Amino acid sequence: MDTPMADTPMAQGSPTARQAPDLARLRSRIASAERRQKIFAIVGVLCTSFAVLVLLAAFLDLLFDGLPRISGDFLTNFPSRRAEQAGILSAWVGSALVMLVTMLSAVPIGIGAAIYLEEYARKNWFTDLIEINVANLAGVPSIVYGLLALGLFVYQFGFGESVLTAGLTLGLLILPIVIVSSREALRAVPIHIREAAYGVGATRWQMVSDHLVPYSRGGMMTGVILGMAEAIGQTAPIITIGALTFIAFLPPPPIGAEFPFLNFEWLMSEFTVLPIQMYNWVSRPDKAFQLNAAAAGVILLLMTLVMNGLAIYLRYQVRKKIKW
Amino acid sequence: MAAINGAPNAPVRVDPTRLKHKFTRNLKERGIEFVLMFCGLVAVFTTIAITVILVYESIGFFSFVSVWDFLTGTIWSPLFANPQYGILPLISGTLTITVIALIVAVPMGTIIAIWLSEFAPHHVREAVKPALELIAAVPTIVFGYFALLFVTPLLQGTILPDLPGFNMLVPGIVIGVATIPTIASLAEDAMRAVPMAMREGAYAMGSNKMQVALSVVMPAAVSGVVAAYVLAAARAIGETMIVAIAAGQNANFTFNPMESAATLTAYIAQVSLGDLEHGSVAYRSIFAAGLVLLVMTLVLNVGGHFLRRRYRKAY
Repeated sequence: MDTPMADTPMAQGSPTARQAPDLARLRSRIASAERRQKIFAIVGVLCTSFAVLVLLAAFLDLLFDGLPRISGDFLTNFPSRRAEQAGILSAWVGSALVMLVTMLSAVPIGIGAAIYLEEYARKNWFTDLIEINVANLAGVPSIVYGLLALGLFVYQFGFGESVLTAGLTLGLLILPIVIVSSREALRAVPIHIREAAYGVGATRWQMVSDHLVPYSRGGMMTGVILGMAEAIGQTAPIITIGALTFIAFLPPPPIGAEFPFLNFEWLMSEFTVLPIQMYNWVSRPDKAFQLNAAAAGVILLLMTLVMNGLAIYLRYQVRKKIKW
Repeated sequence: MAAINGAPNAPVRVDPTRLKHKFTRNLKERGIEFVLMFCGLVAVFTTIAITVILVYESIGFFSFVSVWDFLTGTIWSPLFANPQYGILPLISGTLTITVIALIVAVPMGTIIAIWLSEFAPHHVREAVKPALELIAAVPTIVFGYFALLFVTPLLQGTILPDLPGFNMLVPGIVIGVATIPTIASLAEDAMRAVPMAMREGAYAMGSNKMQVALSVVMPAAVSGVVAAYVLAAARAIGETMIVAIAAGQNANFTFNPMESAATLTAYIAQVSLGDLEHGSVAYRSIFAAGLVLLVMTLVLNVGGHFLRRRYRKAY
């Protein structure tokens, strides 16, 4: 980048006779730099609006195709060979159950790891090892988690192609997100809160459970919701563990009418999830099924957008509310 | 307590039940610390488990197929009657699509980042940034639908009438578009981290916005911007669903974006969807493909890490 400052008359201390032409040159330089800046500003606006418009086109395309198919029947019907009667009942129930397992596994472990790294661990090779691993895991492609689950959960542990396997897989997948955001939330709590708690005789765990966790709950929730939104759209790892694409039954309900009211058979049940149902329909040549795929996509998109919007709103609230 | 109650010189007598209480309290604290440490170790276990499983199944695979044939073969047909296991077609597909994605995403993402960071008014940036995050969170299968049923017919109907229904060009472009928000958001973060004083210095010397952006902010933020590119490349390599839907899934040793092809990820997904016999060569081949994929992303991530370190300037 050439700077207009390099050879101005001032810098050279030139005689008065040469000032007039140099001044003209300087002016033209400034004008051309100004022109380039204007052009760049326009290019910037165009690029941003192009990106936003293309993505908007994607969503509108999906919406136009899918919206007419969405109805009560679509939500309460099983998939079918006839496109008009097919629905996503088994898919959304499967998604919900898998998300439940994901949340129950990733949230305690992720927050626990964050608390350990922020509050307990001394800075040594051991914590470095954990931190490098967390950073590294965030960059591993999601389908590799599927391979891990296929080898470990499906065959080594014998969980099979079950809700449990899928939930744990996605739990591992979102663990880095939960850990990183929980650590940020913990770090935002100022040191004098900790010192005050220790000052009145609290143990470390009392300090953590009575002060740090309640105060950073908003930030942690943001991370958890972002992680869940990431998990619900994941297709590749669930395909890899061998989930079936055509499921015309529901897993046994987790809550029963008789004692002990809870049963865990659903954990081992076969299942399908929304993105897999959508993939199954997309890859059929029949246009009617592709419209079904669009409808499933609209619902999936809506769920991720709502979850992300919630997380953004929550973060905004947390930032606004807390003034230490 | 005794001291406060007005007998300053009386010896302090500690209730033995309190000593016992202290012991159990410490035990509880230790136990909790141990549990929390275990939570942290899950990340380490995961990495170890990924490595062990991929390597273990790959070793099984390489007892059927020689490593040399695997790395240099140009035909990949594990599901045929006469199977051949040359990984190059999957790598060529992966690289072609990744390069197309980067050609789309890098210039667009960088320009958007510069514009947002240096040009856009405050309220525009505050609106666009969350929108970018929202877009980055859209499930990729939705983009897959868009690629196959919107972009491909669009290109066929306008500028590329010869484009086949399955090709590498469209998934590449769509992955690129899907990655723009990632690059723009991360690069913008890096640019915002450049101290205001540096910009003010340049403005005081008479620079205009573009000169500040390109000759002051960009060089200072280059480590973060490059890190954004590397992350985007790793994402593009690991992207599965867009490719699996729109690229055609037949392993094809070509770099021509107009042809259909399979990537490492698409192959893994394709085989997993079929009937997979545990322990068969086809079963093990997806772990070998996964190992190659992991190595490629690992090289990128480690390279990005060192680039960041190399260019890191402390302000």
